[in-house]
Amino acid sequence: MSDDQITIEVDGKSLKADKGQMLIEVTDANDIYVPRFCYHKKLTVAANCRMCLVEVEKAPKPLPACATPVMDGMVVKTQSNVAIDAQKSIMEFLLINHPLDCPICDQGGECELQDLAMGYGGDVSRYQEKKRVVKDKNIGPLIQTDLTRCIHCTRCVRFGEEVAGLREMGATGRGENMEIGTYIEKSVSSEMSGNIIDLCPVGALTSKPFRYSARTWELVQKDGVAPHDSVGSNIHFHVKGDRVKRVAPAENESINEVWLSDRDRFSYEGVYSDDRLQTPMIKEDGSWKEVDWETALDVVKDKLNGVIDSHSAEQIGILASPSSTLEELYLLQKFASGIGANNIDTRLRQADFSDQDSVSQFPYLGQAVSEFESVQSALLIGSNLRKEQPIINHRLRKAALKGAAVMLLNPVDYDFNYPLAAKSIVAPDQLSVELTAILKALIESSDGSVDAQAKQCAENANVTDAHRTIASKLVDSDNAIVLLGNIATAHPQFSLLRSLAGLIAKISNSKLGYLSEAANSSGAWLAGAVPHRNAGGKECTSAGLNSNEMLQAKLKAYVLMGVEPELDCWDSRAARAAMNDADLVISLTAYRSDEIENYADVMLPISAFVETSGSYINNEGISQSFTGAVPPLGEARPAWKLLRVLGNIFNLDDFEYQSSSDVNTEVMQSIGDIKAENMDHWRSPVAIEKNAADLQRITETPMNMIDPICRRAVSLQKTDNVSDGAIHINTALADKNNLSDADTAKVEQDDDAVNLKVVIDDRVPDDCVLIQSAHPAQIDLGAAFGSIRIAKA
Amino acid sequence: MTETTKTILSEHTRSEIDMWLEKYPEDQKRSAVLAALREAQHQNDGYLTTELMDAVAEYLGMSNIAVYEVASFYSMFETEPVGRHSISVCTNISCLLMGSDDIVNHVEKKLGIKTGESTADGKFYIKCEEECLAACCGGPMMMIDHKYYENLTTDKVDEILDSLD
Ligand code: SF4
Ligand code: FES
Ligand code: FES
Repeated sequence: MSDDQITIEVDGKSLKADKGQMLIEVTDANDIYVPRFCYHKKLTVAANCRMCLVEVEKAPKPLPACATPVMDGMVVKTQSNVAIDAQKSIMEFLLINHPLDCPICDQGGECELQDLAMGYGGDVSRYQEKKRVVKDKNIGPLIQTDLTRCIHCTRCVRFGEEVAGLREMGATGRGENMEIGTYIEKSVSSEMSGNIIDLCPVGALTSKPFRYSARTWELVQKDGVAPHDSVGSNIHFHVKGDRVKRVAPAENESINEVWLSDRDRFSYEGVYSDDRLQTPMIKEDGSWKEVDWETALDVVKDKLNGVIDSHSAEQIGILASPSSTLEELYLLQKFASGIGANNIDTRLRQADFSDQDSVSQFPYLGQAVSEFESVQSALLIGSNLRKEQPIINHRLRKAALKGAAVMLLNPVDYDFNYPLAAKSIVAPDQLSVELTAILKALIESSDGSVDAQAKQCAENANVTDAHRTIASKLVDSDNAIVLLGNIATAHPQFSLLRSLAGLIAKISNSKLGYLSEAANSSGAWLAGAVPHRNAGGKECTSAGLNSNEMLQAKLKAYVLMGVEPELDCWDSRAARAAMNDADLVISLTAYRSDEIENYADVMLPISAFVETSGSYINNEGISQSFTGAVPPLGEARPAWKLLRVLGNIFNLDDFEYQSSSDVNTEVMQSIGDIKAENMDHWRSPVAIEKNAADLQRITETPMNMIDPICRRAVSLQKTDNVSDGAIHINTALADKNNLSDADTAKVEQDDDAVNLKVVIDDRVPDDCVLIQSAHPAQIDLGAAFGSIRIAKA
Repeated sequence: MTETTKTILSEHTRSEIDMWLEKYPEDQKRSAVLAALREAQHQNDGYLTTELMDAVAEYLGMSNIAVYEVASFYSMFETEPVGRHSISVCTNISCLLMGSDDIVNHVEKKLGIKTGESTADGKFYIKCEEECLAACCGGPMMMIDHKYYENLTTDKVDEILDSLD
């Protein structure tokens, strides 16, 4: 037995415990139940509810198990008269002011207070006086408050301070008048705010979209994997009949712990959007007609064969959403190669693919999700991490609070919820310049064993102390990582950023990681749904066109799976033009929209994420499979089934699958071992093309605009994390152009111009224009980065 | 400090807060929150606004809600607009025995408002003071703007109130 181990006795059983542990941790670990409200294993101890009182021998009165450190030889009774009496009294106090509205409370049936009242409450209240009433507060579109029910456990308050890193809820007033809330009318803005719904032990904080739509005991819980970022948080779907009513986190300590981002929690609403496509449709003489599956697939066969016969399969471009399942993507590429088409891509918000061959199996996160909390330093390049990958950001925040140096190189001064050790906000074309300077600082301080090419490329860099600080922090840490985020990936010089980041990582002995955008961005590489890899992620001899090339080339035919190209692609204008000009567009889609109806010829209804079985391979290389939680709406079918039938119709070999797990077995076999590693390939920096007089465009995709489902989730769309269709410029640039907030500006890119609203936003560097993608107003502007002009409209 | 904080907290208020800040360690600025709120309230003729509290929060590097919590907890802070002169008549046990009820009635009648209200001209506010003001030997007593007046009679109250501008 080590020195730190002690023995205590609880209810007559002798238990091993670590010194300094709280009693409740020991009882929890040994399945001895102690009632509690304020204690939560992921939050600090507040010990304010007193529900956990237990009898401890030699102590003069009952002690709170959550705040009593264990001591050797301690004798504890959780079921003695003293303990039960104390717990009953506390229960009586708690119920004094709690309303008796369980029959209309959404928490009813899963309420900790209700449960404990059953166990410890009296059947008759001795309290005759008036109960307190608290006026409800509107804290935004996601969370419903009924604060009269609040028992002041302060879990929600501590969550804000300790996890969200953003104190928004508080306890104002005093004594009888104390109230939990935001004090002023204000929407909580944390990207993880929904977690307070789970934390609240009573019905004071519940889900607003879910409100009054089901009783908890009518719900069936099914497991799933969240589709909107690349960590693959584990989730529970709460299903009533054939509908998902609610999503909650499933505990997985190595990925999302007990948390879930708001995007993953509330996106299910998008599944039930009014514009769900529920029957196959074909366009005849310009008007849409509902048909049965057989007819639709025959049309697909005729039309695709038509293109192949009169042109060639090279005239077919296939774009798929990176949040499609592994099985869907695998079958899609198998179908593609079956008909001789090799233009297939899932990397939609990217433009520089020049070094795609140097990537190993897939762009890997660099380390396990859980390892982010133990890094000592991290250099983050081009990422709004909080919104892109809330779970990774949360892990990194823990590291930062423990003293890790998180350093930032970004084209927009994004908000971080922890202290940063260094921050450099520069225009997009300066990102590589800054990286080169950091590289040079590293070379200067290293012992000289740096290879010549690295030296040469850093030769002319202008190194300042800021660069030296970043360099030395990376070098001095045993556990450092250099990360490339969504903005870096979308950067027109992504390959250059990648090489510089790789070099910096190598010289400073850090890891290199890519923060991929979607749930299956990694899986897409492994399934072969990228133009330069075959199934299993194997090298391919003749690469097809990448997503951007496919759009610029204006092919004769496009096949889309879960993609709205004008909203999801790097160059929105080219995407729209390519679709409009194509002879044939076949859209495998869960939704219809005016835009799709305008350019498509066939719309095939596919199921949304909760309606299909399949798997995602997350950014860490972990494959997680799930089954469909509900049947698809209407005639919609899981895309893997549809692709299997298409394979049969086209008489392709080996398309006989009984289930998605048959497909999975085949993909996983072709992948073999998932090799999660990043090789650092690089080349010398190329001269930066920039027309000095021009402004530079920066594009971000707000977190709730990332894919077709989120864009249709009504409550998420009411939050701030959506596109505003405006240009964001800083005060200096606004002054220069005589523009002020809410003015309309004429915005020009290449030869096209649109009028957009002006938002003064000092997070944007000088001479840059930030635009949020996936907004209809900006589609005609085009490329996500590059030069742009603005003037008063 | 942003420009807005500068304009919201007067130079005098800021220098007072700075004086308090000197008494605490650099990384414990929030210790000065009570003093800072007092100064801010003083600057604004007796009550705090959300704007002022936000400015204090920024000045001390606290979250806004943490400042609201403090301001709403302590009874010496007013978070709603009130009259310039804050009158608290003690009604706790000693003062009660010495006739504080008459004093309260008199003040209310004279000003034409009830306890908890302010006069329409914004001059007076009768605060509901729940606790003993620790001047029991001089009861009945009242406090106006932090100043104690003891051994009150109705005449004396008239005199005091009339003398205020
Ligand atoms: S709202 Fe819920 S979580 Fe917050 S303090 Fe009240 S009971 Fe606790
Ligand atoms: S759980 Fe221990 S005091 Fe609340
Ligand atoms: S009772 Fe009035 S001052 Fe003490």
